[in-house]
Amino acid sequence: MSTILGMIPSILMIVSPILITAIGGMICEKSGVVNIALEGLMGIGACTAASAHVLMEAAGVGGGSVWIALLLGALVGGLFSVIHAVAAINLNADQTISGTGINLLADGVTIFAAQILFSADRTKEFRMGMQTDALGIYPTAYIAIAVVILSWFVLYKLPFGMHLRACGEHPSAADSVGINVRKIRYIAVITSGILAGLAGGCCVLTQTIQYTSNTINGKGFIALAAVSFGRWRPAGVAGAALLFGTAQAFSIIATNFPSLKVLPSEVFNILPYVVTLVALVLFSGKNYAPTASGRPYVKGAS
Amino acid sequence: MKKLDQNKTFLNRVLDSDGIISVLVVLLGFLCGTILIAMVGRNPLNMYKAILQSLTGYNIDNGKMNVRYIGETLNYSVPFILCGLSMAFAARVGLFNIGGEGQYIMGLTVAQVIALLGPQVPVLHWLLAIFGAIAIGAVWGGVVGILKAKYEVSEVVSTIMLNYISLYLSRIICLHLPGATTYKTANYPQTALLTNSFFERITNNSLLNDGFFMMVIAVVLYWFIMEKTKLGYGMRATGFNKEAARCSGIPVVKSIALSMAIAGAFAGLAGGIVALGSFKYGRVLSGMDNYGFNGIAVALVGNSTALGTMLAGFLFGMLKNAQALMQSKQIPKEITFIIQGLIVVFIALRSGLKLYQQWLNKRQLQKEIMKEGVAK
Repeated sequence: MSTILGMIPSILMIVSPILITAIGGMICEKSGVVNIALEGLMGIGACTAASAHVLMEAAGVGGGSVWIALLLGALVGGLFSVIHAVAAINLNADQTISGTGINLLADGVTIFAAQILFSADRTKEFRMGMQTDALGIYPTAYIAIAVVILSWFVLYKLPFGMHLRACGEHPSAADSVGINVRKIRYIAVITSGILAGLAGGCCVLTQTIQYTSNTINGKGFIALAAVSFGRWRPAGVAGAALLFGTAQAFSIIATNFPSLKVLPSEVFNILPYVVTLVALVLFSGKNYAPTASGRPYVKGAS
Repeated sequence: MKKLDQNKTFLNRVLDSDGIISVLVVLLGFLCGTILIAMVGRNPLNMYKAILQSLTGYNIDNGKMNVRYIGETLNYSVPFILCGLSMAFAARVGLFNIGGEGQYIMGLTVAQVIALLGPQVPVLHWLLAIFGAIAIGAVWGGVVGILKAKYEVSEVVSTIMLNYISLYLSRIICLHLPGATTYKTANYPQTALLTNSFFERITNNSLLNDGFFMMVIAVVLYWFIMEKTKLGYGMRATGFNKEAARCSGIPVVKSIALSMAIAGAFAGLAGGIVALGSFKYGRVLSGMDNYGFNGIAVALVGNSTALGTMLAGFLFGMLKNAQALMQSKQIPKEITFIIQGLIVVFIALRSGLKLYQQWLNKRQLQKEIMKEGVAK
């Protein structure tokens, strides 16, 4: 029992970035734009945060450096998501193509930046990452919880949230009552970019000591899986992210349990994807996804 | 006035031609890459020197010629082209196959298993391994098609899931192969290799192998199925308008499942060729090779046609081969990823051109109406 309790901090550490990204992806899809660029945006946020932190440590900024780095990661993630927003909202582009493009671009941009800044295919190691509190829990866990509660409150308790959901369900109806569909979709896409960037920063500052091309390694896609497995609801997405994150954590800490040692650690890596796939088949027919998700909104067209 | 009209038709012709736009998009990608290199204080010329060398084998700095580079460029192109065909085949039916990577990994894995455990009979051995790779690719893609056609599971989500399932499944399988360490297995027996001694001789010992022939066959087969058979006609019809196809008696469900299976077969073949052609031992993958993801870009640049996909694949193979050369010339090799990513982003933005064209046509119409009004 004590070992399980002892695992909670590391599980939370792994769950938090996935959860934050998934909430961003959910908001984006709720407004009617599918964002498969989450993976790339996380990478960009992580690389920005890691580089900023290393440089600020060298400049002697001190304790606040981690937080500024996180903020910068979120900001740059948000900036890159503007590409997706312009493509999907203004130019009626295929959202899968533009998302794929950003993912490919992120692979290049992050390591390219590291090559220029640090002359290596990874960022320099920072000396001190984020610090845990008295319970051994990283502040990222609290950020994640705050993001979930805030997203639920905004989406379901504020008029703005209702407008946002309307844009994802029936954009022309929303338009007809005077909601600016484009503006709301812009806000949603950029929010998802900011959250993915923030999550990338959280990931790199708690789990490793530098950014490499392997830092994100599918976490963005797990978040995407959590969005559909959680049926596009904050609580559901949070539950899914918790489940998937725990599975990921187990692949690292399974060696502590003699009974789990017989399984290859990859079994736990596979779990989130298999569970999502099975769930998609079982839930098929009942469509929980926002109706207009992934479809560009053309004003005036029926 | 007449001249203006000509201008407009020229512009319209450019906007209408997918081929010209693809070339423009690629050029724009390179232009941005060049500017970026210059902005970070490196010499963009070095990038083009590296590309020239990987394309022709000619080293402009010391005037030496090494045909090995041509061989390597062609060898790198093979998986890009095949993964491009995989994406393109699905795209023609209106599906988005992001699962090329997973299908590629499964093909690679099965080829490795057969290479290490199969019967060591000349020719039969590698033939078996390649067919195994094609078959598993087809199964991996076909599952997606069935899920899509029967259960309406979005192929985008299911293929992303299958990509990672394949990666970890491949690790589990390969770690149990003979002589497996954390990153490689024992060497293959000689009978499993795809080496072609003629290619080796004329390209100064490059890794170019029999996989090249298989790629050419695959391209021809792609063209033939798509353009010349009833099957391909039904698939294209499904891609254009699913409901209309259904009404005219085309079995849409079968079309979708079959097209994903064929798409998967192409990617599986790519995996088999890379496993047996470019390596002498099995690999325990720790990450993705990214041929499958780049195949998406290849198909988009090639407009999902056989010839276009092949040319785009050569472009990507050339860039990949140029990476090491760039790195040695102080150009970060990731610039090639940036250019590839930019190309895909620009292709996504291409839909904006259609809006621009509509706007142009509308304005033209307004002008004509105004003119008639004035004349009256």
